[in-house]
Amino acid sequence: MDAPLHEPSLYAVKAIAILDNDGERLLSKYYDDTFPSSKEQRVFEKNLFNKTHRANAEIIMLEGVTCVYRSNVDLFFYVMGGSHENELILVSVLNCLYDSISQMLRKNVEKRMLLDHLDAVMLAVDEIIDGGIILEADPNAVVSRIALRMDDVPLTEQTVAQHITNKLQVLQSAKEQIKWSLLK
Amino acid sequence: MHMLKRDKKDEEDGSSNPYANLEKSAVLQEARTFNETPINPRRCCHTLTKILYIINAEHEGEHLGTTEATETFFAMTKLFQSNDPTLRRMVYLTIKEMANIAEDVIIVTSSLTKDMTGKEDLFRAAAIRALCKITDSTMLQSIERYMKQAIVDKVHAVSSAALVSSLQLMKTSHDVVKRWVNEATEAVSSDNMMVQYHALGLLYHIRKNDRLAVSKLVSKYTRQSLKSPYAVCLLIRIACKLLEEDGAGHDSPMFDFIESCLRHKSEMVIYEAAHAIVNMHNTTARELAPAVSVLQLFLSSPKPTLRFAATKTLNKVSMTHPAAVTACNLDLENLITDVNRSIATLAITTLLKTGSESSVDRLMKQISSFMSEISDEFKVVVVQAIKSLCMKYPRKHPVMMNFLSSMLRDEGGFDYKKSIVDTIISILEENSEAKEAGLAHLCEFIEDCEHTSLAVRILHLLGREGPRVAQPSKYIRFIYNRVILENAAVRAAAVSSLAKFGANCEDLLPSVLVLLERSLLDSDDEVRDRATLYLSVLKQHQKVLNSAYILNALNVSIVGLERALHHYTTEPSDVAFDIKSVPLETQPITEQKTPGDAMQSKTADKIALSRQDIYSEQLSAIPEFDSLGPLFKSSSMPVELTESELEYSVHCIKHTFSNHIVFQFDCTNTLNDQLLENVTIHMDPSDGFEVVNYVPAQCLKYNTPSTTYTCVKVPDDPLSVTSTLSNTMKFLVKDCDPNTGEPDHDGYEDEYVLEDIEVTVCDHIQRVMKPNFGASWEEIGDDNQIEETFALSAKSLAEAVKNIISFLGMQPCERSDKVAEGRSSHTLYLAGVYRGGHDVLVRSRLALMEGAVTMQITVRSTQLSASEVIASAVG
Repeated sequence: MDAPLHEPSLYAVKAIAILDNDGERLLSKYYDDTFPSSKEQRVFEKNLFNKTHRANAEIIMLEGVTCVYRSNVDLFFYVMGGSHENELILVSVLNCLYDSISQMLRKNVEKRMLLDHLDAVMLAVDEIIDGGIILEADPNAVVSRIALRMDDVPLTEQTVAQHITNKLQVLQSAKEQIKWSLLK
Repeated sequence: MHMLKRDKKDEEDGSSNPYANLEKSAVLQEARTFNETPINPRRCCHTLTKILYIINAEHEGEHLGTTEATETFFAMTKLFQSNDPTLRRMVYLTIKEMANIAEDVIIVTSSLTKDMTGKEDLFRAAAIRALCKITDSTMLQSIERYMKQAIVDKVHAVSSAALVSSLQLMKTSHDVVKRWVNEATEAVSSDNMMVQYHALGLLYHIRKNDRLAVSKLVSKYTRQSLKSPYAVCLLIRIACKLLEEDGAGHDSPMFDFIESCLRHKSEMVIYEAAHAIVNMHNTTARELAPAVSVLQLFLSSPKPTLRFAATKTLNKVSMTHPAAVTACNLDLENLITDVNRSIATLAITTLLKTGSESSVDRLMKQISSFMSEISDEFKVVVVQAIKSLCMKYPRKHPVMMNFLSSMLRDEGGFDYKKSIVDTIISILEENSEAKEAGLAHLCEFIEDCEHTSLAVRILHLLGREGPRVAQPSKYIRFIYNRVILENAAVRAAAVSSLAKFGANCEDLLPSVLVLLERSLLDSDDEVRDRATLYLSVLKQHQKVLNSAYILNALNVSIVGLERALHHYTTEPSDVAFDIKSVPLETQPITEQKTPGDAMQSKTADKIALSRQDIYSEQLSAIPEFDSLGPLFKSSSMPVELTESELEYSVHCIKHTFSNHIVFQFDCTNTLNDQLLENVTIHMDPSDGFEVVNYVPAQCLKYNTPSTTYTCVKVPDDPLSVTSTLSNTMKFLVKDCDPNTGEPDHDGYEDEYVLEDIEVTVCDHIQRVMKPNFGASWEEIGDDNQIEETFALSAKSLAEAVKNIISFLGMQPCERSDKVAEGRSSHTLYLAGVYRGGHDVLVRSRLALMEGAVTMQITVRSTQLSASEVIASAVG
């Protein structure tokens, strides 16, 4: 095998990016010099977006970089690592990023909500990766460390509806339980 | 009205980016609100977000300058007065982002130190990371105490932050961080996954230059099972590195640990272990088996990443151990329709390596359906798989050729196109049936080819191969189109190519002459020069000239020619420049290429100095060898004259000059209590060889190789060229202290007998490639022709060919070193240059009869004695 031996290191993530559905950068951070100038970064992002926005395939190799991604409504989340990086580690980072943001935005993972709470999203990225090292991979820990003001995220119609359905379900299960206890 | 419309559109869009059109100056204005009292946390947060967005977006012209950044930074320090958690966190983040842009960021050190040691857990972790980002090694010492405490803090976030920051600080303040080993060791036993991972990482980075410490570290933590899967992955990598460096066998406890990780409960760890085993050197099929079987399970996982990872790793296995992967063929078949095209491509290329001939058509059909959707990197992988497939199943070439040509028509970058052209060329060179189809595809490609280097390469190939097909005239149009339409480099190549057609095909000559005449007025010097030269050569109608100037190129080393010409111009003389004084180009002896990993190969192609050029340089630096003339040939492999693991080890390389042979002895002294001085190798020549002089090695210290030379004159009789020379190493021994290397004053003479060296025919011949053997054969003529017939001891034609080539040391031409299977006769063409610069060509007809090989050898040379030497050598 001709693979050069890789120095064991904690630097697992090359970059993180969040793009919108036109491939425009909302937030991205590069942790090493694979793409040294902002121009090269933008070219790479454009290229990446073109290859990924149609097929929802979760993983792609591009320009010698392994890239895992996830999308929702009008947002694309990317985590990049070296071609020899353990892909599952990268996915764990991606999931943590997505889940923390989803928790903070109360499941409304879409561009407008994200931009309304860009400060929290920036803090989340900072809590997940520190200079290329994975700092935290548990979304609950990330969210709790950001200590978001809970009144910050307003209840939208959707969330209200969700709450109601949740309540209804609780009610339903309570009814069932009572029924069963009566039948016994 | 206009405004209204736009607003409406924005609303419809519902997701326009409020940050997209930020103006830097306006945002910096806004930063003034930082000075208001009381501080409005929400507004300030928003402003900081905008500033961070500008830094992150880095649009042209909106780049934050140092002065602006510094001003904003100082304004921001006011915000430490507010205790709003989100605002404080945003301040930390801004400090980190500005650390490299603004000046004097260290002024926030005391505020951060306060937060780092304060009561608020939420602030502590983030403050540590911000502080470590702006600190330097002198300041670090003042907070060292706090850092040590933070590493072992019971709050996980704080501990992780301190560990990761320490790791980042290793780059600048290695010596300070080194002192925190105890704290890091304590943190490894934390019950938090990330803390354990970071602590292990820090420990390894502190100790990584101390091999013993690393190996202790690994054996300690492989025994006590770590909780964090991340930490286990890291441990596997460290263990792997140790295994590779030690070259330890796979029976070591570390290998057992890695193998046991294949049964870990986390998929991440299982994959890491399998990946590690696959990437190890020299793994046997038996060791691979468990890794392959866990990867096989992953192939049917619902998670695309897991399938991707497993297929990618199996693809790697299939390059070296295709048999080990065949068990997975069924699972891989299911993946060729995977929605993730990367997975499908990897699965197909793996199958192409492991599958049977019958499945090729089906796989190729499948893959061509989505070639346009995958990235260039993967296309190159596919092309390489096809290349190796063509070598394996030559009969499948029509399918492959069609596929390759359709890929050639598609869009793609240079690397991709180059790999396709490489593949087509190698197929048509290997397989004569594919030649015409291949050339036709390439002709079509150069009609619309934006890459000059590829067009030049193809034109060269057309010139070489085109005239030999049944109907050479069909290529002329393609080539001449290049002369009309292309840039100078391509035009020049096309002119050369045309000339080759003219030289090879009598019936095309008149038309070629007409076409070449049109290039006489070309705007480019090179094109004009070439056309003029070729025209005048072709008009002579002489085969000898055609062969020398058109069909066969110069066989000199480019570097050597450059040096010789430079030398000639700096020291003017009345004698004309002699091309024979230039060292010949050395032909690469082995052409076996290892299958490269296309996904990461970015090797730079350079014209490296050949080995012979290096030797030539070294020898010309020795005054004793000044009079010998240019170096003719150096033997390729050093010959060992001692058995390994004896007191001294000696390797010999033979350098042939026009009348001398210089033996270069590379000696190593393996005794640490001896110092050798004045080392020479005495040779006892026979058969008319005479020793001219010795160049001793002055001093041979323990384990430091040194070189001594012996120069021998070749006998004047041109026919006696082979001999066996016995050697004795003579030297002065001085005992010395093994520890200090300090030698005694007095020494004593001693000698050491070495094995004999043989001088054979091949030492007098340099390999030379003749692209058009037939033309060269006619060029030399039969003046010095010798013909003999021998019965050889070889059992098969292939074996006989191999023996003849290695014995004569000549270059096989026209791919005649490959013997078609099942044939009972074969003709081998060899070319070389004999010592003194005489061309030698050998045509050897071999016939296999009743298990024995008979050979009729015909030698032609520009010098009779050279022919005689070679003809008699085989006998």
